[in-house]
Amino acid sequence: MRNPVFFLCLCVVAVATYGVAKFIDNAYVFFAGYVVLQYIVLSTGWNILGGYTGYVNFGTAAFFAAGAYSTVVWHKTVPDMPLPVMMLIGGAIAALLGLGTGYLTLRLRGTFFGIATLAMSVVMQTLITNWSFVGGSRGAYVVRPDATDWFGIDYIEYLFLLMLGLSVIAVGIARAIEQSRLGYGFATIRDDELAAEASGVPTLRLKLLATALSGGFMGMAGAPLPYYVTYLDPASGFSLSYAVNTIAMPLIGGTSSWLGPVIGAVLLGTLQQLATVTISSALSLLIVGVLLVVFVVAAPKGIIGWFAPRKGKPGAQP
Amino acid sequence: MDIPFDLLGNALVSGLLLGGFYAAVTVGVSISFGMLDIVNIAHPAFIILGSYIAYIANSTLGLDPILASIIATPAFYLLGMAIYHVYDVSFERRGDNGLRGLAFFFGILFITEVALVLTFGVDYRLVEAPYIGISIHLGPIDLPLRLLVPFLISIVLMGGLHMYMGRTFLGRAIQAVAQDPMALRLMAANPSRIKRIAFGLSIATASIGGAILIIIQPVEPSIGRDYIGRIFAICVMGGLGSFAGSFIAAMALGIMESFTSTFFGPSWSPAVSFGFLLLTLAFRPSGLFGRA
Repeated sequence: MRNPVFFLCLCVVAVATYGVAKFIDNAYVFFAGYVVLQYIVLSTGWNILGGYTGYVNFGTAAFFAAGAYSTVVWHKTVPDMPLPVMMLIGGAIAALLGLGTGYLTLRLRGTFFGIATLAMSVVMQTLITNWSFVGGSRGAYVVRPDATDWFGIDYIEYLFLLMLGLSVIAVGIARAIEQSRLGYGFATIRDDELAAEASGVPTLRLKLLATALSGGFMGMAGAPLPYYVTYLDPASGFSLSYAVNTIAMPLIGGTSSWLGPVIGAVLLGTLQQLATVTISSALSLLIVGVLLVVFVVAAPKGIIGWFAPRKGKPGAQP
Repeated sequence: MDIPFDLLGNALVSGLLLGGFYAAVTVGVSISFGMLDIVNIAHPAFIILGSYIAYIANSTLGLDPILASIIATPAFYLLGMAIYHVYDVSFERRGDNGLRGLAFFFGILFITEVALVLTFGVDYRLVEAPYIGISIHLGPIDLPLRLLVPFLISIVLMGGLHMYMGRTFLGRAIQAVAQDPMALRLMAANPSRIKRIAFGLSIATASIGGAILIIIQPVEPSIGRDYIGRIFAICVMGGLGSFAGSFIAAMALGIMESFTSTFFGPSWSPAVSFGFLLLTLAFRPSGLFGRA
């Protein structure tokens, strides 16, 4: 399927999703749906780096919170700025953060990058905790309007729509990358970086691009968060559960294509929303952790691996 | 700037003692990450598990936390062997130990943490022992025993492991597998078996590390994360797999953290280790003493 056609299909799916949510006509659907959509953006973003190039990012929380806290800053300084603009700025800041971390550590072995991202999220959390302008450790309150100025739709519904749009863009771009020259470049890095470098693939530049794109999407996903939760403190903004969910979803769905993270996010996100309501949020996180370990051990290709056509004997391909 | 001498001296001494403790919690990662090339980011979770076992033994049976942790080491050793077995079968033999191996340990880290939260809650736990709360005074310098005892334990632990690695057959085999698993296979030794033993050993040190952690500070399940940065920073700074190097790096980090929390406030101290880790990775990835 050509990219514009695919993009149109995505839009149709998105409109249908909105239609169904509107039809159910329950504020909770938008409230819970927002979280699921947010995870679609996060895991698709993560997969651009993790799935396509094979570099593990444990610092989702740092990128996500960079977006969220940039919104807090704009909310305090320029409260009239429309939220989509704030999202773009938050995404740009997170992308720069990714670029910086990547520049420092991507020249090393892949595992060092993983450890560095883990480290970065703690450094960021310490900085935010000590930055009193955004509330420090006490947290920041953000006043959420009841409804938007135009059309007068409910604000949660507006946030849902924004996130729906963002997830369409994220999934569309992820698929476009997958089938482009860029995607093949990423795949060479994942399969054999040394060989790729030797064949003239500009590996560092591609890795930096992947990190920036991936971080940018995570930042954009985080930017509306202050309006969604209305109270943001470092402990919740940098919660480890973002990192775990964002890694678990693509790995459970399957990292090799755009569909994997979407499947993982929809399944796990919905499961978690249900488990949080019916059992407890701690237990729902435990389920995610156990699923992550079970899937990486027992089903390394994820859910989409179950349906993929079998390709002869392993090792038989040229 | 006028800095009183005793403040400086006390910060230095407590930094050194803290560094000794950091060395003890790092030694396990020096083995698993430094020698076996297994990125066990779940190591801090096992340390916290060790803390909780020491806490249970202490609060129910009244056992000394260190004694309890030594009794628990065989269990940790077996746990480590079991985890390595799963890791070996699922990732190393498939040659897929990058992305999925990391995710596997990340999952274990998270499961352990959430399981501890579900069992014990998020309250801070502490232990009682006769040496907690007493200080020796040397002129203006205070030597709190709750830092001194872990420091001494750490030296014994590091010294013991150093001897083991250098003098025994298995220890030398572990060092050999670190250098060249293929050559070891040619010598008719099974690298998987030796790595399993070494990984078991590295997890066993987490039991003792956990006990001295809970002597130094009250423990709750999520503080393990603060230690990920410290442990890996020390391990990388010390030049992977070198006990002496990581001991010196641990001292350096301990002193820096102690100065930071004395002069800028304790809320900044986590950033020290992680900042240092990032700088080390960026500029000296082979460690402070390694050849660049």
